[in-house]
Amino acid sequence: MKTTRRQRKFAHNLVIYGGATCAVLFCVFPFYYAILTSLRTGQELFLPAYFPSGYHWSNYVTALVANGIARSLLNSVLVATITVGICLLVSITASFALARVQFRGRKFLLFTILCVSMFPQVAVLTGMFELVRFLGLYDSLGALVLSYTTFSLPFTVWVLTTFMKSIPVELEEAAIVDGAKTWTIIRRVFAPILAPALVTTGLLAFIGAWNEFMFALTFIISSDKRTVPVAISMFSGASTFELPWGSIMAASVMVTLPIIVLVLIFQKRIVSGLTSGAIKG
Amino acid sequence: MARSYQQRRRRIAWILVAPALLLLALAAGWPLVRTFFFSFTNAMLDNPSEYQMVGLANYYATHDGDSSGVLVDPLWWQAVGNTLWFTVVSVGIELFLGMLLALLMNQNFRGQGLVRTAILVPWAIPTIVSAKMWGWMFHDQYGVVNDLLEKIFGYQAHLAWIAEPSLSMWAVVIADVWKTTPFMALMLLAALQLIPNDLYEAARVDGASAWQRFKRITLPLIMPAMIVALIFRVMDAMRIFDLIFVLTSNSEATMSISGYAREQIISYQDMGMGSAASVLVFMMVAGIAACFIRVSRLNEKEKR
Repeated sequence: MKTTRRQRKFAHNLVIYGGATCAVLFCVFPFYYAILTSLRTGQELFLPAYFPSGYHWSNYVTALVANGIARSLLNSVLVATITVGICLLVSITASFALARVQFRGRKFLLFTILCVSMFPQVAVLTGMFELVRFLGLYDSLGALVLSYTTFSLPFTVWVLTTFMKSIPVELEEAAIVDGAKTWTIIRRVFAPILAPALVTTGLLAFIGAWNEFMFALTFIISSDKRTVPVAISMFSGASTFELPWGSIMAASVMVTLPIIVLVLIFQKRIVSGLTSGAIKG
Repeated sequence: MARSYQQRRRRIAWILVAPALLLLALAAGWPLVRTFFFSFTNAMLDNPSEYQMVGLANYYATHDGDSSGVLVDPLWWQAVGNTLWFTVVSVGIELFLGMLLALLMNQNFRGQGLVRTAILVPWAIPTIVSAKMWGWMFHDQYGVVNDLLEKIFGYQAHLAWIAEPSLSMWAVVIADVWKTTPFMALMLLAALQLIPNDLYEAARVDGASAWQRFKRITLPLIMPAMIVALIFRVMDAMRIFDLIFVLTSNSEATMSISGYAREQIISYQDMGMGSAASVLVFMMVAGIAACFIRVSRLNEKEKR
């Protein structure tokens, strides 16, 4: 049986739109369902339904106030922001040197940095525990800033180095001819061109710090210093057998929305940031 | 003059790299060294300054016919099996689905932007949040997964996804596939977009079928990017901890090697045993990374 061109075209479209619908549904449904659950209370919670039946905001209030998510949100913002700041400052200078100056050991350094990014976190857990105690940072947000900075540094250095390599040498030479010092070159020539790249890597480092779990779970004891992921994992209700799913989902939605908004705004940049290391490296 | 300028530049380069290197050495290198060191001691977490060297006893030791240590702990081997199974199955599914998604997004169709935005949602959601969300969806009585199974397939067994040992690993795999397939798809898509279109046109003129075009043009050209994406994903899957810790509470049926090591350190306060397990995790991950690097090098050599 021969198919006509029109039939083939129809089948092609069917596959594409069918696939696209499935993909979108599969990706978005769990989050949609979390929002639905967060708006329900009482018995309603335990009857699976696929469309909103009412808008009860009480779960949000419970999560924010009674479960201390408000405090954890503040902690997370604080830790992630400081981490990103230090990380960018340290990695912009390092990646300038790695991308622009030919010195012995450069390749080796890049390779070492790449290796560190593959460390399993648990491999440094005992050593880090000892270090954190020695520095007096145990049960303080400083412990998290230290560990997050170290673990996102390899990634930011790597991506910024790839970006810097793509900037034409002539720009830098012109600055050198004009008598600019290295630091001035970094600050006045590279930083402005790099601004988009800095936003991208900063954002990815921010998300990394926002989502990290193992160190946050291990180095923080007091409940008022918990970051968001730990706070959500430790959610408990009136009894141990009955989890307050409504407020858990409300908290989940609240900690996810800022990230999703950021990601949607910087969508293109994030995708290019995620893939640049892989394609060029 | 020119020479001294180069020298000065090199010196400055080292100064510029120094802060990053110091930080990495202090907070990644040194702890790693200490973990190796502690794995040969009997230190306990509540008082790590008092310890004795016990040699390899944390790994393997025999006393009067009884053997002890991580390497003879059945739970460790269960964790190794779990982790390997999880890595192979989830990364395999992710590669397959990611490839399909990437091929789909590489087509021109209306609503393309919507798909690209939608697949970023799972990627952006924190792992812990996704673990909780899937935990709720997999709930044996009120969960939406069982409800959907009943409504679509008429399948009425209220499956205990989380509690049932034979199902819980699948729950972990599904949650992980959901969260990380987008990453794989984006990596593959970036590679697909670099393939010049005239290659496909030439193949079409020569009468190559869609499958032939995929096998002979697409696959070889995206191979390097695919290997890189696979390295990232396998490394990530091998050190999985948070998803399992929250979704299935680190149950024996799903415990990963990282989960095993952390349990030894924190729950049993046994720094020695825990460090030994951590060292083994490190060696496994490093070994697999080395294999990957060797394979991709061989691949490059073949091309030349």
